[in-house]
Amino acid sequence: MASFARFIRLAFGAWALLLLVTAVPASAQQVNPTASAVKEQQLLQELNRIQGRVSIPDQRSRVLEQPQGREWREFRMVTLPWIGGVAIIGMIAVIMIFYLTRGMVRLESGRSGRTVVRFNGFERFVHWMTATCFIILAISGLNVTFGRQLLLPLIGFEAFSEWSQWAKYAHNYLSFPFTLGVVLIFLMWIGGNIPGKVDIEWAKRGGGLIGHDHPPAYRFNGGQKMIYWIVVLGGGLVAASGYALMFPFYGTGIEGMQMAQIVHAIVAVLFVAAMIGHIYIGTIGMEGAFEAMGSGEVDVNWAREHHRLWLDEQMARTGPNDGQRQPASAPAE
Amino acid sequence: MARMKFLCDADRCIECNACVTACKNEHEVPWGINRRRVVTINDGKPGERSISMACMHCTDAPCAAVCPVNCFYTTADAVVLHSKDLCIGCGYCFYACPFGAPQYPKVGNFGSRGKMDKCTYCAGGPEADGSKEEYEKYGANRLAEGKLPLCAEMCSTKSLLAGDGEIIAQIYKERVTKRGYGSGAWGWKTAYRETIES
Repeated sequence: MASFARFIRLAFGAWALLLLVTAVPASAQQVNPTASAVKEQQLLQELNRIQGRVSIPDQRSRVLEQPQGREWREFRMVTLPWIGGVAIIGMIAVIMIFYLTRGMVRLESGRSGRTVVRFNGFERFVHWMTATCFIILAISGLNVTFGRQLLLPLIGFEAFSEWSQWAKYAHNYLSFPFTLGVVLIFLMWIGGNIPGKVDIEWAKRGGGLIGHDHPPAYRFNGGQKMIYWIVVLGGGLVAASGYALMFPFYGTGIEGMQMAQIVHAIVAVLFVAAMIGHIYIGTIGMEGAFEAMGSGEVDVNWAREHHRLWLDEQMARTGPNDGQRQPASAPAE
Repeated sequence: MARMKFLCDADRCIECNACVTACKNEHEVPWGINRRRVVTINDGKPGERSISMACMHCTDAPCAAVCPVNCFYTTADAVVLHSKDLCIGCGYCFYACPFGAPQYPKVGNFGSRGKMDKCTYCAGGPEADGSKEEYEKYGANRLAEGKLPLCAEMCSTKSLLAGDGEIIAQIYKERVTKRGYGSGAWGWKTAYRETIES
């Protein structure tokens, strides 16, 4: 009985001692809730964004703050208009100077009256489908970047908003045939567009742009191969980055979309500049060039001047389309 | 005129989400859109803080700067509003906003996002104050009735403050002095390029 009382006393003493020991650090800890509190500036410096937990269903709203939108704003408002302006106006200026000094590249040997098939119906269909989409995409895209400064003051808020709304729908929906066109262009012309030795020679001689030189070329010369790869790679990049923007939060967050917009916009303005050059040389820049994508048949003399090696291949295979089609106009010279 | 701001005293916020609910109810905000939300940082850890966040109505607002159709405007009270009639739903404001305020009724739907929706500071939109059209597009216009945003007005701990920037900053400073601590005015540096010394 006595030993049980002693045990109780001992146990009580041990418990009191334990309480005392644990109580000491607790009382030493003065209440300062901010000592361990999260700090806004510190969090921003660590990650450049602050995120936590939300109890509402929209989990995207868990990002509290992401100030990098400022850098994107700087790009969209300053950097991009500069890149786009210099590239597009620069390209137009270069073309104008070239046209005024050199003029149209003429068919030096005149027209032979005999033609050879350059692009079949399917190739021309794919080209024009992609081209039509591209022009609408380019105009509606440039409208987003430059419209507010250039067009809005002219037509007013309501009209500009209405136009921009339709332009946006066109931009979104025409991206699908455009992407299909880029894929088909990639597949159907890849054979003739692998860079080779002939292209180095072609490039060394400046592509015959200056003077009356005609460096030999197969079906596609160095410049056309460049256009091909700009369309394939540039088109691929704008399509991929564009779809990232069209389907927000499918695999990208806000930073991903900012990056996608930057890639999309830079590639697109350079693409537009390159295509202005392509349109020039395919129309008023070179005599006989448009027919290749118009009727699909080019004059044999044109083919000989610009694509001699390709013409030799074609002649060996089939021969020219004699007498099938009379040239629409008299020889230029 | 006043320069209206929001200030969330994170040391007082108890994450009750009443501001979120009040906002949704007051403005009959569409499904899936929350003009205001409460984010808890370091949840369950020492130093946990909850912050109620909506559009901060920034000085030199990034959304307004990048908008391709210039649909934003700033009221005399420095509230950043937009016109849903002009908005084309391009998503640019939402790339630029540091606070995730702009939202779209149809995000992810084939690029046709619908008109952007965000906190109006209970100040409606460009339509006539208190009109039916204004209410349907933007929700209630409490400011025109001389009232402050409902989220702040009904905050149970008075954590969320709304009103003239200088006055709410003064209230916050007094609190910090009296209780001896304060984790700062969250978002102020980003939104207003200034902070409250505490």
